Amino acid sequence: MTSSPAKTLEQGIEARLGDALAHETRPGYTGYRVEAARLVEAARTLRDDFHYDYLSCVTGVDQLPEGKLEVVYHLFRTQGGGALVLHTLLPRDDPHLPSLVSLFPGAELQEREAYDMYGIRFDGHPDLRRILMWEGFAGWPMRKDWKEAFYEQEGKPFDARWPGGRARRSEDQNPFGSNVEYPPGFTLEGYVPEGEDALYASFGRIEPGGNGSGLRTDRMLINLGPQHPSTHGIFRMVAVLEGETIVDIKPVVGYLHRNHEKIGERNTFLMNMPFTDRLDYINSLSNNFGYALAVEKLMGIRPPERAEYIRVIMAELGRISNHLWFIGFLLNDLGAYFTPALYAIQDRELILDLFEAITGSRMMCNYFRFGGVARDLPEGALERIRELVEERLPHKIDELDEFLSGSEILRGRSIGVGVLPPERAIAFAAAGPVLRASGVAYDVRRAEPYGIYDRFDFDVAVRTHGDVYDRYLIRLDEMRESLKIVRQALRDIPAGEIQTGKATYQVRVPAGESYARVDGPKGELGYYVVSNGKPNPWRYHVRPPSFISLTPLGEMCRGQKIADAVVILGSIDITLGEVDR
Amino acid sequence: MSEGPDVSVTPIPPELQGKVTITSLDKIYNWGRRNSVWPMFFGLACCAIEMICTAASRFDLSRFGMEIMRPSPRQADLLIVSGTVTKKMAPQIVRLYDQMAEPKYVLAMGACASGGGPFKEGYNVVPGIDQFIPVDVYVPGCPPTPQALLHGLIHLQHKIDGQSLREVAWYRRETAAEVPLPLLGPDLINPGQAGLLRERAAQASAQGGAASPTLPSS
Ligand code: SF4
Repeated sequence: MTSSPAKTLEQGIEARLGDALAHETRPGYTGYRVEAARLVEAARTLRDDFHYDYLSCVTGVDQLPEGKLEVVYHLFRTQGGGALVLHTLLPRDDPHLPSLVSLFPGAELQEREAYDMYGIRFDGHPDLRRILMWEGFAGWPMRKDWKEAFYEQEGKPFDARWPGGRARRSEDQNPFGSNVEYPPGFTLEGYVPEGEDALYASFGRIEPGGNGSGLRTDRMLINLGPQHPSTHGIFRMVAVLEGETIVDIKPVVGYLHRNHEKIGERNTFLMNMPFTDRLDYINSLSNNFGYALAVEKLMGIRPPERAEYIRVIMAELGRISNHLWFIGFLLNDLGAYFTPALYAIQDRELILDLFEAITGSRMMCNYFRFGGVARDLPEGALERIRELVEERLPHKIDELDEFLSGSEILRGRSIGVGVLPPERAIAFAAAGPVLRASGVAYDVRRAEPYGIYDRFDFDVAVRTHGDVYDRYLIRLDEMRESLKIVRQALRDIPAGEIQTGKATYQVRVPAGESYARVDGPKGELGYYVVSNGKPNPWRYHVRPPSFISLTPLGEMCRGQKIADAVVILGSIDITLGEVDR
Repeated sequence: MSEGPDVSVTPIPPELQGKVTITSLDKIYNWGRRNSVWPMFFGLACCAIEMICTAASRFDLSRFGMEIMRPSPRQADLLIVSGTVTKKMAPQIVRLYDQMAEPKYVLAMGACASGGGPFKEGYNVVPGIDQFIPVDVYVPGCPPTPQALLHGLIHLQHKIDGQSLREVAWYRRETAAEVPLPLLGPDLINPGQAGLLRERAAQASAQGGAASPTLPSS
């Protein structure tokens, strides 16, 4: 194996960067350790000379027992292949390291998140503010020594609930639901919350401008959201406008921050499965998929054949239902008030009925298990799926295509709007359809096949203009490709077991780290899981594609009209459950 | 009184027979309101997706006169809290509620809005919207199916049926006080707890330490 391309690449990297990178030696860990001082240099060399051009995931880890904080980077090559992992360890008091935003602008929101959750400062970051919590919140919530108000115990199952089952309500134990210390002499009367000054200040001074025609105009700062009919949930954008033209726009998120990761680190491994449903709640199955893969990687198991096929079928049906929803609501954003959405939802309901029959729930399927799936397909399910993918859905997709793609209004409002060139899409680590609509044929199902995706014959949908119209078309393409995959899977699915080993509530997960990613409907959905051999994950991080795809929002919107901002946002296809987690 | 027509003996003119219904003011008024409850176009989280499905053609909310979703709180009668209420979002929800014109109703959809749901233990999660605003109907589920939501809405209609113009709060002379907005301080501050906070802070400054509103768990 010494001559494999991966090996050669590794040798090349070590030859070039041998003194900056040290092999990670902790058991179960991969990649390299790099000093904070050499991080930028290493990242630049990796990007420029070794084509690690896609900084997919940046996250903090609290290594409390060692008294350190850690930042973990996952780099990929858009040519395909596995991850290169960099670890940087920092002291707990005053942790700071150089920001990588200048090299990889896609790190911007992720570094802000690491700052918000762990208090890690990224020197040189253009706009280091809290992102999920509000400015003025006390504490760094993801640190292991920070306890939430309803804290009961380090890990589940809580002694109060199991095995005795004497459930006490946590709000009875802490009736004021608050664990934060207020400064001495604190009174509510004179108190002024920190508010949003930092946010507005981040735009710089808003000078009155002119549009070049001698007409004096004023610059205006407006807020869209968090309660706004076209922000797809509680999402907020702050825009600086000149007339109707966008000068700058920033996403403001966190309104649905449900502490997924903190709760995930208290949960046992299996308990997290239903929580992943609630990340990107439009398609829970691909969320299940990614998490199952990450833990299976650590455990070193694989599901049996039949389960692999079931997984693919379910994930691809989920993609179709997601894209149907997307198209309906993109048209909503374009002003086609609800008619396309109603048509799209109609067929999504058929898929949901199938999900309900198979998994027991329409939306929150909670279907995957480590090494298998929760239960076998019920009788007649395959026939129903077959009918759907052979008869109904192809027509439906054609129908949408026929009615919408040629529509003057759709074309007029989306062609050439919100363009994201391919190099920028890669630099911003945009994911999935957003990336591929910009002409980058990067699909995790091909670049680093997981499950049994290497067995199927399908095309990676690519479009080249990178505008809203292409982002719409690519969803149609992807649905057609998904149908292809499902058809092949239906043809080949064997009978047999659906679970490797015995299904248990408490799985044993060896110590180590793992990163698994799937190409969900929104793009590369990654799970970074660190286990220390205990029943609960030590670190559980989600790489949310729609959150990271928001990073280029400002760049796509600048110079466009404010009405287009809504459409551009719609074309990214965000789900707030995943953005804010 | 004696000059007025005696209703009991006045014959109904033939052209009106079968066309007029006599009812009480309450009844007709409630009948109108129950069949035109306009919900606010406001989705919080996963439950909102099921809410949209309920409004779509299969479950068809318009059978109940509720399909007109208004993005503006001023035109809405019903706030469906469809998802997890986070601390960061709580002030906005309370403000939306305050901005709704009376009569107004609140439906807590799903486990999260009713009591925090699966995310209750989180540091940014409010354990139920009823910590801040009054709730009329709770719908259990995670997410409630469209059928469950419809069931909750029918319950709301029953509630409206039972109301009387003479008793409802919004026709009293004195105007109802607004719900005070929670503040985003070091944590979410509920102005309703101002007294407690003050007490704690005074205690703490007497001891020279920081104040914590946490009560010792017993
Ligand atoms: S109740 Fe369940 S489905 Fe509804 S918002 Fe909460 S987590 Fe989501």
